[in-house]
Amino acid sequence: MTEWLPWLILLPLLWATAAFLLGPGRGARLAIGTTAVQLALAFALAFELGSGSGAPVHRVGGWGAPLGIDLVADGLSALILILTQLVALPLFVYARIYFAAAAPAWFWPLAGFLVAGMNALVLSADLFNLYVTLEIVGLAAVGLVAMGGTAGQLAAALRYLLATLVGSGMYLLGVALVYGSYGTVSIATLTPLVSAGAPLAVWFAGGLLLIGLMVKTALFPFHGWLPPAHGGAPAPVSALVSALVVKASFYLILRLWLGPFAAMAEVAAALPAVLGAAAILWGSWRAVRAQRLKALVAWSTVAQVGYLFLIFPLLGADQLALHAGGMQVLAHGLAKAAMFASVGVLIQATGRDAVAGVAGVAACLPLTLFAFGLAGVTLMGLPPSGGFLAKWLLIEAALLRGRWDMVIVVFAGGLLAATYVFRVLQQAFLATPGGEALRVDRRRLATLEWTAFALAVASILVGLRGMEILRLLGVGA
Amino acid sequence: MSTGLIFACVGVVLFAMGMAGVLLLEHLLRRILAFNLMGSGAFLVMVGFAQRMDVPDPVPQAMVLTGIVVAVAATALALALARRLHALTGKYTLPPAADD
Repeated sequence: MTEWLPWLILLPLLWATAAFLLGPGRGARLAIGTTAVQLALAFALAFELGSGSGAPVHRVGGWGAPLGIDLVADGLSALILILTQLVALPLFVYARIYFAAAAPAWFWPLAGFLVAGMNALVLSADLFNLYVTLEIVGLAAVGLVAMGGTAGQLAAALRYLLATLVGSGMYLLGVALVYGSYGTVSIATLTPLVSAGAPLAVWFAGGLLLIGLMVKTALFPFHGWLPPAHGGAPAPVSALVSALVVKASFYLILRLWLGPFAAMAEVAAALPAVLGAAAILWGSWRAVRAQRLKALVAWSTVAQVGYLFLIFPLLGADQLALHAGGMQVLAHGLAKAAMFASVGVLIQATGRDAVAGVAGVAACLPLTLFAFGLAGVTLMGLPPSGGFLAKWLLIEAALLRGRWDMVIVVFAGGLLAATYVFRVLQQAFLATPGGEALRVDRRRLATLEWTAFALAVASILVGLRGMEILRLLGVGA
Repeated sequence: MSTGLIFACVGVVLFAMGMAGVLLLEHLLRRILAFNLMGSGAFLVMVGFAQRMDVPDPVPQAMVLTGIVVAVAATALALALARRLHALTGKYTLPPAADD
């Protein structure tokens, strides 16, 4: 078992390099085929963890910590591994058709390095290796955002790059202070050391790590870079970065919060929750006001990231808040990928990226609109979706601790989400301004429509398979 | 105060200066240089803070080497993007964001 743990990192690295060598626009089939294998590996890992055989560890090159690098998997990392491959596979099928006409040159290598970075990040067990994987994910994502090559996209990519570099710079300084204080960066070794007693430098380091990762997760008020970057890129790229990349840094915050910095975290637990609540309200409000379709979906990501941070003051022995966070990561990842994918179809069909422009699509693209609606159901948190389960667990955890203010924020966010989703749906059911039917080449769009639909259905299904997912989250935690 | 600790304190100052530069400056080349200053500050802390007792520690030096590779890659990407932006708009500053 531990023998093939590194293959989850090696496979995407291999096909990304092969795609680069094959040349611009090539390598789609290779990417799709190998990602299917990675998905099978991720599920096999989850089953193995579920059967109770303990967390597998792989010592890279046989060296082992502290000199070498250890790869470790537990329930939380298995969940993110499944999410990554589950989002990537349909999106790659989607991207192959989407880019068929005018292939932006290097989508496949960059996407491969992004997936490799994600997989390596969730399997890493030391702070410095996590820094390197964070940078792989960040730089690949910036490359993908800049891929369109217009001035607006380049400016968005540069803004994103500078924000992500400031975030990882703060993270690196934090790692330097931790190493200087304890002489190790292994998370497992640090946990007892930090809880036994932390000098001032480590408190400072904890703050730097937290804020740096918040910048990379685009938590309010550090969200400024996200809407132009995610809202301006080509649809498959927006879907990939919005569903996965912000989750990478959130995963790391959660891992540090539950591990080495647990003692310190109690002091600061109110801060992420307050910022998260502000993100939900401000992000949803901007989504309600957005004029462009993709800007609407991008602002909705700012809001949905806010839910992830509400869990921090609620984390406790009963695991409810952790379950809520894990479920929200999974449900939002799938729903947001579905939403960007269906919006990409709508933009291709109508020729313009405007909420006002979707009039008439209900008649000619019902499947796409259904996918958008199903993804919206998850974002609003209606049963039986994964989003419903996430918000239900969050409300339950909040009520148990008498946090009525949080319950109100969750409900308000749900209502605002309904408002922006129904704004698009309502417009889609109107007649076109001229009254004539919209002409759409449905044969060309069929694959795009079905992949968006598959992602949306998956975001609902995770709600129905909730028990298995929550049990997986508990493994090794 | 040992030399290692002096290096670490200088590193923190450099990091703060670099970060202020990335956030506050307008010209893209200056911002990219400021990012490099920030990175160097972090590297100095990493090497200096770990050898407070004046005993060199090889592990953070290996980490800094890796960090330099990452910083070079990030700088190259930033420069390529900035050059392309200059070719398209004729400016080395970011246009105001239009985000909705």
